[in-house]
Amino acid sequence: MWALPAAARAYIACAVLAAAVCAAPVVRGGPAVPWGEVVLLAAVCAAGERLPRRPLTLPVLIAAAVLLPPASAAVVAVPGALVRPVGRRPAWVRRLWHAARSSLAAAAASYVYGPGLGAPRAPDAACLPAALLPAVAAGLVLALVGAVLDGGVLVTAEGRSARTAWRAPMPAALAPALVHGPTGLMTALLWHSPYGPPAALLVLLPVSVSSWVQDRCRRERAAHQATVRALVQAVDLKDRYTRGHSERVGRASVLIARELGIGGERLEALRFAGTLHDLGKLAVPTGVLRKDGPLTPEERRIIELHPEYGHEMVRGIGFLDEARAAILHHHERLDGTGYPYGLAGRQIPEFARVVAVADAFDAMTSTRSYSRARPVPVALAELDRCSGSHFDPRMVAALVRALDRHGWQPEAVIPSSRNVPVDHCSVPGAPVGPPAAGDRTDRGGPG
Amino acid sequence: MRTRPPQDLTCCDAPACRAAADPSAPPGDAPPGACPAASTAQAGPERPGAEAPPGPSRGVRPPGPQAPQAPTAAPAPWPGAGCGLLRPGRALPPRHAPDADERAPREAAPDAPEWARPGGPGRARAGGLARGVHVVAGLTAVLALAWTAWRGVAQPHVALAYGVLIALGEAARRTPRGAGAGARETAPVGSAGTLAYALLGEVGGEPASHGAAQVVAVVLGATLAGAVGRPPALDRLARRVLNAAFAAVCFQPLHGCAPSPSYPLLLLLLLALTALCDAVLAAALTRSRTGGGPYGPLLREELRALPGVGSAIGAGGVVMALAVAAAGLWALPVFCLPLLVTQLSVHRYEAVCATRRQTIASLARATEIAGYTRPGHARRVATLGRAVGRELGLSGADLTVVEHAALMHDIGQLSLPVPVPAGATEPLPPEERRRIALLGGAVVRRTGVSPDVVLVVERQADPYRDQPLTARIVRTVNAYDDLAGDPACGPLRALERLRLATAHDHEPRVVEALAAVLARGGPAPSGP
Repeated sequence: MWALPAAARAYIACAVLAAAVCAAPVVRGGPAVPWGEVVLLAAVCAAGERLPRRPLTLPVLIAAAVLLPPASAAVVAVPGALVRPVGRRPAWVRRLWHAARSSLAAAAASYVYGPGLGAPRAPDAACLPAALLPAVAAGLVLALVGAVLDGGVLVTAEGRSARTAWRAPMPAALAPALVHGPTGLMTALLWHSPYGPPAALLVLLPVSVSSWVQDRCRRERAAHQATVRALVQAVDLKDRYTRGHSERVGRASVLIARELGIGGERLEALRFAGTLHDLGKLAVPTGVLRKDGPLTPEERRIIELHPEYGHEMVRGIGFLDEARAAILHHHERLDGTGYPYGLAGRQIPEFARVVAVADAFDAMTSTRSYSRARPVPVALAELDRCSGSHFDPRMVAALVRALDRHGWQPEAVIPSSRNVPVDHCSVPGAPVGPPAAGDRTDRGGPG
Repeated sequence: MRTRPPQDLTCCDAPACRAAADPSAPPGDAPPGACPAASTAQAGPERPGAEAPPGPSRGVRPPGPQAPQAPTAAPAPWPGAGCGLLRPGRALPPRHAPDADERAPREAAPDAPEWARPGGPGRARAGGLARGVHVVAGLTAVLALAWTAWRGVAQPHVALAYGVLIALGEAARRTPRGAGAGARETAPVGSAGTLAYALLGEVGGEPASHGAAQVVAVVLGATLAGAVGRPPALDRLARRVLNAAFAAVCFQPLHGCAPSPSYPLLLLLLLALTALCDAVLAAALTRSRTGGGPYGPLLREELRALPGVGSAIGAGGVVMALAVAAAGLWALPVFCLPLLVTQLSVHRYEAVCATRRQTIASLARATEIAGYTRPGHARRVATLGRAVGRELGLSGADLTVVEHAALMHDIGQLSLPVPVPAGATEPLPPEERRRIALLGGAVVRRTGVSPDVVLVVERQADPYRDQPLTARIVRTVNAYDDLAGDPACGPLRALERLRLATAHDHEPRVVEALAAVLARGGPAPSGP
């Protein structure tokens, strides 16, 4: 408890006090309180919390908000929050906080549904289309109050900025309420029907299965990312000094694409294309890849085949779609001097132009066998100089804007230098130093 | 060969740029003064696909060799090194030889007697069974349609509401791209709507008057209407019709029961029975599709899939029937919302699974394109391994382990500076093979697949007694594919050689299962 800042302690204490005030009528109410419903719903809520990764809390609380007056709804939320598994210490403060937060949210939702919008506590067939709106409103209020209170504790206890605490998680928090509002209404409706509570509780089963599937989906997606990393790892087996390069190119490609307004599945595809752009190097003989010193024309020709090998390897991955072209064409240049096909200008697919800039940028800002890492501003100046001839100026400008906004974390560890005598840079001696421009660390998503 | 014109240097002598765009290109190797056009012309013919017009076909692979092989990048081709898998030094005890000689021709011969081909008779019966199921479902549908047409549609608005719901659920159904044999098509909204209509006893307090025949007719019509343009698989349609008929007929005695809290439990019991019958049917159909093999594991697989999405479908069906009984047809759209969410998340999950399978497949293809293994090797080993695993009665999870491990079993070879001839690691010394297997295991561990897959990849070079069954399958099938692809050996002799190696390297049971699968004409094409 004492590990928390004073502001957080005060905030939590206020919330607990407010929740207690909300629930007080139940203690005084005596026989008027519908104890049967309160106990059953609270038990279901608590059971739902203990189930592994099947959050039933939201639909149960919405059903409670529809069925019960505010004070009783506030009590329903308490047992579930108290038995819920808590990952970090101080465990009991967290549990208490969750109980207070859920109680307040449930009470508010119940107030909005009943006294606020005047919907009946025992809905029946006659009130069906009309009661939908109050039910959805109750769901939204429940989610909104919960999210606002959560944001408050993030601000006071962890010192987050108001923007990250409140604005960012809001849409994701409100969306489920739109679905669960009608579900809660349905539960209430069946509860008061001749079929009674067993039928009402059946409503919750599909909801819980749905969240179970979503959880499996999340895990499968993580596994997929691991698989992609394994592909990259396979390249590392052959060409060790590019370690980390692929991931950084993927990251830089995403930064550029976001500036260009690309989103959704296309963005994901581009991230994978950026990460896998050098996959074709697997097909280049290890001896050529690791060769110290100048390459013969023959060897260079072999290396220049790697985009085609890479494209061939990812041919079966359906969702990459247009991003596959990025792997094939990421060495094309705007003036047509690139390879493998010597495409020029707008013949080069958009994604390939993105990956080309990201690739060049990371190659310059990390240490290679033939050159040392350059600071970010120097690299950007170089890119700017070559934009129009090699790179698409739009992509370069987007990268500059994105780095201004998000910063860049270049290669952390400089691998031991390999003795490559030939340096075809005439811009050597670029001091290896901390990157100057906006090097805030990449946040990597809300934690 | 690929040269940079002098003006290139002035425009961007930018070593950094060049370095970035072409990290492997030191400037020194460009003959001075070579013009870009000449260099292109020079490079052109040797490049795969360079003859393709660059413009319109960008992003599309031009017609050309599937896996471009650069002259020096090309690994040693598959030399006719004979069946190098079993070197004379590791020859097997002679006592196995006559045994193998006696069995090999019989097992592999296509005209072997039925009793000699374990899967043979079973397959014929199962194919007939699938046809039988289709015929029964068709008869049921025709009878139901005729009956409904004769008697007229009772309570048409209810029929229409449920029909629209089922049709919408079908329309929202998607088959994930690239889904393999393991994918299970699910349409929770459509299935739950079907069950709900079959179990509907009342509508808003008034008794429902539709009979079992009308249920089947409406369900069939709605399913077909929702799948316009994408005809549903015959198996699915047959299952749905039989399911609806079964549930509706079983529900008839409950029709008119007074509503009470025990009523939902009765309905649930009925649904559990329906689900059980459906699983039995589905397993039988799968078996007839995949060509024989033991029935038990298939049924177990079907039953294991039930508690997940199946329970949501069942509960959804019951609730939709009860809610409509209590609150009228308005309950239908309201309750279809959570089911729709379930359906969408199932679809997304299936899409992610399919993508992951494709990514694993391209990891497998990497070794082939890199010239370490023969084209299609990993895919063949995976398909054949799955068939052998099914023959041995492995469950779904183990089959997935076999498939994934087979796809990735050669990854370790990428660490070799020079590819092994023909990608066959068997002739290498055992220590070297173990080292490669361990390296492969280290990469596979990163893929996030289950530890069992890693174990199989790591242990693939061990003698079979030290391996789990899945690894034995991968090892044997891998050896078979290496041998059979060798023109000097061929499938028959390959099988014979495997039989000769059953003392130490290959488990006899697995080799026999492989022979059984091959005797049936190889693994069945995956998927319906």
